[in-house]
Amino acid sequence: MSNIIVIAEHINGSLKKVSWSSVTFAKQAAALTGGQVIGLVLGHNIGDVAAEFATSGLDKMLVCDEATFASYLPENFAPAIVKAVQDNDAAIVCASTSTFGKDLLPRVAGLLGAGMVSDAIAIFDDGGLKFKRPLWAGKVITTVEVSTPIKVASVRPTEFDALPAVAAVASEAFASGVSAKEGVEFVSFEQVKSERPELTDADVIVSGGRGLGSEANFNIVMELADKLTGAVGATRAAVDSGYAPNDWQIGQTGKVVAPNLYFAVAISGAIQHLAGMKGSKTIVAINTDADAPIFQVADYGLVADAFEVLPDLTSKL
Amino acid sequence: MKILTTVKRVTDPEMKVKIKADGSGISTDGVEFKMNSFDEYSIAEAATLKKAHGGEILVVSIGPEASTKEMRTAMGMGADRGILVQTDETVDSDAVARILAEVCKRENPDLVLMGKQAIDSDRNQTGQLLSAYMDWPQATFAYSIAVSDGFADVGREVDGGTSTKRVQLPAIITADLRLNTPPLVPLPMLMKAKRKPLEIITPEDLGVDITPKVKAVGFEAPEARAAGQIVESVDALIEKLKNEAKVL
Repeated sequence: MSNIIVIAEHINGSLKKVSWSSVTFAKQAAALTGGQVIGLVLGHNIGDVAAEFATSGLDKMLVCDEATFASYLPENFAPAIVKAVQDNDAAIVCASTSTFGKDLLPRVAGLLGAGMVSDAIAIFDDGGLKFKRPLWAGKVITTVEVSTPIKVASVRPTEFDALPAVAAVASEAFASGVSAKEGVEFVSFEQVKSERPELTDADVIVSGGRGLGSEANFNIVMELADKLTGAVGATRAAVDSGYAPNDWQIGQTGKVVAPNLYFAVAISGAIQHLAGMKGSKTIVAINTDADAPIFQVADYGLVADAFEVLPDLTSKL
Repeated sequence: MKILTTVKRVTDPEMKVKIKADGSGISTDGVEFKMNSFDEYSIAEAATLKKAHGGEILVVSIGPEASTKEMRTAMGMGADRGILVQTDETVDSDAVARILAEVCKRENPDLVLMGKQAIDSDRNQTGQLLSAYMDWPQATFAYSIAVSDGFADVGREVDGGTSTKRVQLPAIITADLRLNTPPLVPLPMLMKAKRKPLEIITPEDLGVDITPKVKAVGFEAPEARAAGQIVESVDALIEKLKNEAKVL
């Protein structure tokens, strides 16, 4: 019997929704391998995070509340996770494919000598445990197997829907025994302040491309997003041009999203952008160029100037 | 300051990827190769740091002999010498990190500066794994790097905004998209690069077993989206979204 550890991801004292998707993945893994799904919360003054995570369907929850973990540093988090893995006979460690999971999990895998699957979109048993993951910007899906006894996986949240909350599981204190690593210091986090939902969490996303021409012109995108209580996204080109903050970038190297409704405004549809949004349920493309590749993935295309039609659309909704 | 940079020879990201009929791999017939784009940022940044702080830039690649082409490009961008760890085998991120760890032990760099991910395998693991193996600090997804007094202040692109981390050297930093704009390499620099030292060794020379921990056993095309439709007006779009897609 071997267990599965899920790392909680949190920000400003609250649990991030992507953690629920990681639990869904872990429960699928447990159904295949047996064992318990064990949540691990690392941080300092994290009562609210733990209280919510306890209701996510875990079999057991470890809470490590130590000053060393007040700020996230992988150099300190990774050895604590390794201890939790060893103490709890875990064979799979997972978290989401967020910048947190991407930064942390390979370091954990290195310390454990474990093989790691990046951005898992499926886990199944076919003569042994196997995982699916995208590569080449999603142009190919590969099936991989991991030969090491302990396996580490980052999980693509859009492929694993959050399960309904259940009665809270009891919390167990966990002592990491980790002392802060010398020569590394968290300096600051400059958060993009927004009243809008998080991109990875939104039902509706309105994204703009470089075709909008300026930061100010992103207003028409934001107005539609706000009308639909949606989030705002951007292409790499728009971010590179300074029209939008990096946190809005959707694509191969940015965020992967799958909302119910995705508006691609003045976006040509480079493969690197499609990699981040083609799992959306309904895609609407608005572009002046009828040959733009975005129309090949769009359910509804409107060949038009965004500056003419978007304000009209916003006002009619 | 001695900076170790890495390059990976990858398939051109603009090309169509052809999966072999039996799903056993990717067909590379007639495929163009180039330097992994994230490696261009790290090498350009290494060149900038060398201008300010002096020192040496070493470029390391792991792969087939043909990778020397991308290494020469890196030398044209400013790398002083190269080490190719030659293998025709498929190596996973872990093997790459363990090879780089052995090179680090041999070369003792002050800084390892590498791309945050390869745009073919999209794994985003090697820098962090190398940090674990060396027990050095890591600063991933860098958009700015300032080095002084044996420390690097690294601006990082993270979910929710940006973050700053201070790491003592030696450390590993991985480059994100907005670290710099890699310059075009002038032809005379590329010509000069051909004369720079390039050592070829093997994983065995470094004592590294490259048997993969993570092995690909199948390849398939993703599910294609059904063809969509063009609507003629905003009103028609609203009607479709409400009554057909039922998302409004």
